[in-house]
Formats: sequence, C-alpha cells, structure tokens
Amino acid sequence: MQQVKKVGGAEPVGRSRPAAAPAPRGNRFTRWYRKYGFVAGFLSVPLVIYAVFVISPFVQAIYYSFTDWTGLSSDYKMVGFKNYDWLLNDDVFWKALGHNILLLLILPLVTLGLGLFFAFMLNVGGRRRKNAAVAGVQGSSIYKVIYFFPQVLSIAIVALLFQFTYNPRNGALNAALDAVGLDSLEQLWLGDPELALWCLMAVMVWSNVGFYVVLFSAAMSSIPRDFYEAALLDGANRITTFFRITLPLLWDTVQTGWIYMGIIALDAFAVVQIMTVGPGGPADSTQVLGLYVYTKTFRDGQAGRATAIGVAMLVVTLIFAVIVSRLGRRERLEY
Amino acid sequence: MTAQAEPSGLGTVPGEEDTPAAPGAAAPPAKDRGRMGSEGQVLNVFSHGVLIIWGLLVTLPLLWAVMSSLKTDKEIFTSPWGLPEKLHFDNWSRAWNESEIGDFFLNTVVVVGCSLAGTMLLGSMTAYVLARFEFPGRRLVYFGFVGGMSFPIILALVPLFFVMKNMSLLNTYHGLILVYIAYSLPFTVFFLTSFFKTLPTSVAEAAMLDGASHTRTFFQVMLPMAKPGLISVGIFNFLGQWNQYMLPTVLNTDEDKRVLTQGLVQLTTSQQYRSDWSALFAGLVLAMLPVLAVYIIFQRQVQSGLTAGAVK
Repeated sequence: MQQVKKVGGAEPVGRSRPAAAPAPRGNRFTRWYRKYGFVAGFLSVPLVIYAVFVISPFVQAIYYSFTDWTGLSSDYKMVGFKNYDWLLNDDVFWKALGHNILLLLILPLVTLGLGLFFAFMLNVGGRRRKNAAVAGVQGSSIYKVIYFFPQVLSIAIVALLFQFTYNPRNGALNAALDAVGLDSLEQLWLGDPELALWCLMAVMVWSNVGFYVVLFSAAMSSIPRDFYEAALLDGANRITTFFRITLPLLWDTVQTGWIYMGIIALDAFAVVQIMTVGPGGPADSTQVLGLYVYTKTFRDGQAGRATAIGVAMLVVTLIFAVIVSRLGRRERLEY
Repeated sequence: MTAQAEPSGLGTVPGEEDTPAAPGAAAPPAKDRGRMGSEGQVLNVFSHGVLIIWGLLVTLPLLWAVMSSLKTDKEIFTSPWGLPEKLHFDNWSRAWNESEIGDFFLNTVVVVGCSLAGTMLLGSMTAYVLARFEFPGRRLVYFGFVGGMSFPIILALVPLFFVMKNMSLLNTYHGLILVYIAYSLPFTVFFLTSFFKTLPTSVAEAAMLDGASHTRTFFQVMLPMAKPGLISVGIFNFLGQWNQYMLPTVLNTDEDKRVLTQGLVQLTTSQQYRSDWSALFAGLVLAMLPVLAVYIIFQRQVQSGLTAGAVK
C-alpha cells in the first residue's frame, strides 16, 4: 500500500493522488480531515454490511468445519480433522464431488462451444457483400434477443419449467417425441438414474448459451475488420479464419467465460434441489456438493460436517481457478 | 402443432431469411454478390438453419408453458402439445389469488426494490471512494470486495443462517434486504470502480474549486455523470435479486414472506397444489412475464450490462 503511494506520490501534499483530489480550500489539516472523513464516512456502512454478512460467515465456516456443531444447539467442541476424516470415507460425498467434476468438465465445453459457434455464425456467417470481408447474418440482433431469454429468467423458474417438460406422463418432451413418431425414445428422464444428471446438464446449457452468444458477439465485433480482409486476400476460408483469427483474439473472453461457467457448474444447487426427487435424484444420481451442504445442515443437523463439505468445495473451486488461469496463459495479442 | 405456436416468438426470423431469395431488393448495398458469393450463399442458408433450430429450442418450452397455462387440467394431461380449446385466463386469476402468487409477487417487489436501491447507493459510494481516493488499505478493501465474487456462497450459507438467527433477522424483510445488498456488492463495486476511473476528473475538480464538499460533488456531479454505468449494473442487480432462489430458501422460511421463485417452488412440492397443473403453469408464466417484459424493453442495456463485467 505505502509503496504504491511512494512510487506515484511526487506531489508535495503527499497523500492525495494528483488526478483525484484538488481540494484547494483550507489548510493542509482541514483538507486531510475532510478527505479522510469523507472516505471513512462513505466506506463505513458498506464495509460493515459486507463484513457481517459475507466475510464473517466465510471465516466462520472454516472454523466450524473443525467442530462437532449440530447447528441446533449453541454448544459444540473442537474435533480436529474428524469431519474431514468422515468426509474422505463418505460415499455420497465422493459421488457428489464426481458429479460436480463431471459438470465442471462438460458444461463449459458444451456451453462455450455452442456460444462460440452461434456467435461466429451471427457475426461472420452472413453472405459476403462487395467490399466486406465479413458479414453477420441478417436479423442477427433478433437472434441475440431471443437466445438471451433464458438468461433473464430465474434458474428456479427454469428448473420448474423443465421439471414439467421432462415429466414422463404429460411433459412436453415425451409428447413431442410421440408426435413425431419417435416414441421409442421416450424416457423417464429425471426418474432414470442414468439419465437424470444429463437432463440437468441440458437445462443448464439451455439457460446459459444465450449469454455467451452475446458476450462473444460483443468481443468479435471489436476485432478490426482489416484482420479479416487480410485473411480473405490470403485466401483463407471461414473455418481457417475462425481458428486463426477469431478464436485467438477472443481467448481472454473465453477464459473469463470458462470461469463463470465453472462457478455455475460447482453450484448447481437450484437445478438439483428443484428438479430431482429426494432431492438429489434416484440413488443420489444427481447429488452435488452444494445440495449436500444444505441437506446436511438443515435436514440432518450436522452443520460441522456440512461446513467441511463446503470447505472441500472451496478447495475444488480454487484448484479449478488455478488450472484455468494456467491453461489460459498464452501470448497476448494486442489490437 | 408446433408451427402454429411459432409466430409470436419467431415470426420475424423466417421473414428475414426470405431476403436472400431476392438479392439487391432487400439488402441495402445493391451489388450483393461479392467475389465469393457462392460460398456465402451456402453458408448463409446453413447459418440460418442452425440458428433457427436453436431459436426454436429456446422458445418452444416457453411457448409450451404459456399454452399450458391457458388450458384445462384435462387438456394438459391428454394432449400436452395441443392448442387449448378455449383460453382459460381464469387459471391466471386463480394462480394470482388462491395460490398466493400475488402475495409472493408483492413480497418480491418490496425486497428487491429496497435492496436494489441500497445496493446502488452503497455500491456507488464504495466504488467512488475506491476509484478516486488514495488511502492506506485501499487495495485491501478493493480486493476484499472483489474477492467475494469467486467464493461459493453455499459455504457461507450455514454460518450466515446462524448470524441472522442471532441478530433476529431471519424471516424478516430487512434481513433479506441486507443480505441481498451484501452479496450484490462485490460485482457492483468491481464494475463501478472501473467505471468511475474512466470518468473525466475535470468536472469534479471544477466543483471542488467552487467550494462543493466531497459529498456534494459525489451526489450532484459524479453520480449524474455515472448514469450509464449505474443503469447497466442496476439492471444486472435487478435481475440477479429478482431471480434469487438459494438465499431466500434458507433465510426466509416464513410462509407469508416468501418471494416469487421460492413460493412457486414450494407450491409445486406441496401436495395441495400438485393436482392443479393449470394454476401452476399460470403461476410460472406470471413469474416469467415481468422479467421478460423488462428485458425486451431494455434488451440493449441488459445485454451490455450483463456482459460488460466479463469483456474487460
């Protein structure tokens, strides 16, 4: 902190940044007082709220994970790593973790892949006009508006909607298969332990693709046209153009998107809790860490163990973040 | 069947697709055929093909819900994709009154209204100070806020429940509002800090020269200048808070104070309403309509607001 100031602080008054605080009135003390009074006044309320409701629960969670707290009574004692011991031998935990990792691998891949594909179609997939190296398809803004619909709906509403859709008796999916003569493909969907998790994944992909179409479209439209024109002169077709120009220039955005999607994949609480029986699916076939924390606390009264699961989840998150930023480290292209 | 349901959502898209058939007539640059016209032609048809398929995948479930909300229970069961014989808007009024969707709706309006106002005020104050003032601990505060974006909320949820319990904030509007504000601050601060940094300093300096206090400069000069950024992040927070599910499910279990998402989910799980499918669909549609309406009106701001944080 102090170092930063010293490097930049050539100003005689010292404390204030050259660009930000002119404050010409009054002597040095009054100015100092006014500035810090203002800073403290503005920061105090948000900081208190944030510390009480966000920071302190996170810190407490780590502490509670070393206790045998039930969550019901106020007395508990430290038990060391006992909760973590239990965790390592708990089948449901490993099942849930496996599901989260599966989600973590597949969801971003499918969602970002579809998002990139549609965005490229919208921005470069149009027919070429004279003097234009790239062109979006006509009506691309209408597509973007429609694709974005699911993104503005609550994940709870989306989950309910698809719970109805997947309903084996009167849901839209089986009825649609029936109508086109594919009745042999009709399934129990969420009731089938082999299928349930994939059904949930489809819902999560469905609700998130639109966001990435818009995100990648925005990033694509900021790529200078000359790049495409040069590629066109060199005789590159669109597929080459995509892999040689668009994707490398979009890499930062893709990486950010991967992290966003990873956070969604690690959570998956609402979809699982609302859509699958139990909740958690037949034979825990859709159990995820988020839901397991919830049921351990509020159904089983094992808050200590639940927070240990939460800490494990945090560790997975951090590992994921490190891996993504490692993989994403590439030569940066400036334009 | 499905084709009949299409026009309301997608009618314009197939219309757009017709234009390649008559080149020059519809497209503004009259000389439409470039050097690689044929490749463009094939690709154009292909692009529209895949794009329309995804468009249908997105809209059909929504249209199906709207259609089902206007049917009788029997129609829902016997022909899920059939059109309703008669439009049963009474499902909607039944959902609003008897299924308490109306109450959930009002609860949501109260909670989201207050927390949105609080988030914007506190978030912009924090961001302004962090963007414009150098003080010891500035980076710590900034990363403290921004770091909150990447932690799984579920981890904090268990202790948060007991923090709220000890402060007697469980099942109260103001408790939920404070929590919504707290969990909206990270992104708001992150977004607005970079936004305030981009605003010119000269206007604020002029105001200070004229003797305005820091506070007055903030409220009368800087906030109005930050309007575009405030709108973007405001829409982002509105959608996030309106759609929140996990926090109210854990922290707000009083039947009278349920918010929309939570209330709907609980209606479907309670035996009492399980048989009334048409009312459930009606409730679902009633919950979707306001956000879709807000989105369609403000779609440009929504899209830029939601993606702004990720682009840079």
